[in-house]
Amino acid sequence: MSVLIFAEVADGAIRKSSQEALYYGAKVAEMMGTTATALAIGSANTDALAAAGRFGVTKVLHAADGALNEANSMAYASVIAAAAAHEGAKVIVTAKSTLSDGVMARLSGKMKAALGANVTDLPDLSNGFRVMSSIFTGKAFAVTELKADVKIIAIKKNAIVPVETAALATVEAFAPALNDADFSVKITGQTKASGAISLPEADLVVSAGRGFKGPENWGIVEDLANALGAATACSKPVSDLDWRPHHEHVGQTGVKVSPNLYIACGISGAIQHLAGVNSSKVIVVINKDPEAPFFKAADYGIVGDVFEILPKLTAAVKAL
Amino acid sequence: MKILVCVTSVPDTTTKISFTDNNTKFNKAGVTYIAGPYDDYALSRAVELKEQFGGTVTVINVGEADTETMIRKCLAIGADDAVRVNAVPTDAYFVAEQIAAVAKEGNYDLILMGRESIDYNGGQVHGIVGEMLGIPSITPVMKLDIENGVAKMYKEIEGGKQTVEAPLPLVLGCQEPIADWKIPNMRGIMTARTKPLRVVEPAANDVLTSVDSYELPAARSSCRMIPAEEAETLIMLLKTEAKVL
Ligand SMILES: Cc1cc2nc3c(=O)[nH]c(=O)nc-3n(C[C@H](O)[C@H](O)[C@H](O)COP(=O)(O)OP(=O)(O)OC[C@H]3O[C@@H](n4cnc5c(N)ncnc54)[C@H](O)[C@@H]3O)c2cc1C
Repeated sequence: MSVLIFAEVADGAIRKSSQEALYYGAKVAEMMGTTATALAIGSANTDALAAAGRFGVTKVLHAADGALNEANSMAYASVIAAAAAHEGAKVIVTAKSTLSDGVMARLSGKMKAALGANVTDLPDLSNGFRVMSSIFTGKAFAVTELKADVKIIAIKKNAIVPVETAALATVEAFAPALNDADFSVKITGQTKASGAISLPEADLVVSAGRGFKGPENWGIVEDLANALGAATACSKPVSDLDWRPHHEHVGQTGVKVSPNLYIACGISGAIQHLAGVNSSKVIVVINKDPEAPFFKAADYGIVGDVFEILPKLTAAVKAL
Repeated sequence: MKILVCVTSVPDTTTKISFTDNNTKFNKAGVTYIAGPYDDYALSRAVELKEQFGGTVTVINVGEADTETMIRKCLAIGADDAVRVNAVPTDAYFVAEQIAAVAKEGNYDLILMGRESIDYNGGQVHGIVGEMLGIPSITPVMKLDIENGVAKMYKEIEGGKQTVEAPLPLVLGCQEPIADWKIPNMRGIMTARTKPLRVVEPAANDVLTSVDSYELPAARSSCRMIPAEEAETLIMLLKTEAKVL
């Protein structure tokens, strides 16, 4: 009856975003009086997987079949269902991501499981099984009862702050039979901004809007982001105009972020933009217009010209 | 090519969200409902594919009679006919079951929908429908072309994109920039009035989740303004006061 956590693997180790899921799953297991098992799919380093123990899981199942190195939502859903059966798990935890979105949707269909998406806190088990979910793209929360026998919880970034120990998990090979029909989707290529910090996982984000006038002016945005170790983001018109790549666009129709710090520069703060960023812990707004609506959603504000302010901030960060 | 586009009716993106009945009901007063913006992208791409290959575009919505204005707008944009499953869309599994039931009758090459609805942001319906029909589902798809019965797509991943190929039939969760939003023209609006809109009763009634109550996020305490001349003090405040650096 353990809790199963889908631990996403990147570059041979468990992704940072999944570390929160491991800790969350371990906490749920504790609440239920059971243990937590992680499932890692695809090639990974055994020592790196054992390190999942630091976040409270006692065991890691490793499905290392070479066919699974390509992230494939059908095959992954099948492997997770097999692992859940193997462990007798009725609660499955994942961090929300572009991969887990597709995988968990399939798994919900496969196992007739109740799926709580964008969960922001530990569940309430006092009378049934309830989770708090972020809805209306961050504009509200819903307390939702998960009524099926099997429950899937997809947590939003910052749903829980992991506390690490020195414990190591045991790693067991897991080799369920794979189904050919799960492999009709082929990944033929991948492009990824190299070295850059992944936006959905970033703790710090520097975001820039149409106030920057053109793509040639992004140097000062990148300078500040680099000095902070932050990811860069942008508003929708900026990606629509191709000033920046689409995966940097945050908001209602873009990436939803919940970093510790979101610095919005030259962005007006339209409701559709706010929707994707308002669960950030601290919001800083820099805008030359004192009436910009974004100031109403901010913790710190500077009324001024981004072309003057950003270099000053970068210098101040470097002087820290 | 036969395409089914699933469209959900959601509050307009500018809606100020509030709740009634002791925070147990969404306050619909004064709210304008629109087709989900992601669904709109899916519909636009479906209409483009129909222009390219011929065939039909059918719109399906699970909702009560008040969604028909939104459905007619989808017909005005270029869908040929529509199905409304006459039920409150209680949760993702329930909605997916209705769509799968209609899809089974229709033998569609493509089932397109938005990556998620902008009310509950569940993003589950495409995967559940795919599973129920035993065909692949892919999300979030940002580009879709069809060549010789094979869909060539790219899909967003964290910090980049993947190119993906799969034979039809497929279920896809779509997002921009898969197509440009289309605005209905006069001719579209006129012809939409007489296009077939079939109403069917729900095929199954499985509901796996239910919302007990709602909450609004705590308001941010007022914004602390820092004079532009002292911009660098912001960094100190972020470190010592907000403790985020
Ligand atoms: C259905 C729908 C979905 C949408 N989804 C999204 C979404 O996901 N994300 C999103 O971002 N938008 C979205 N939008 C668009 C949104 O409504 C706004 O149009 C958009 O966010 C505005 O982007 P912006 O703030 O960069 O540009 P603008 O609104 O043009 O604002 C530019 C700001 O920069 C300031 N500025 C200009 N020059 C300077 C300077 N030198 N120094 C300092 N400040 C300066 C100006 O005062 C202004 O406030 C959506 C819209 C719709 C209808």
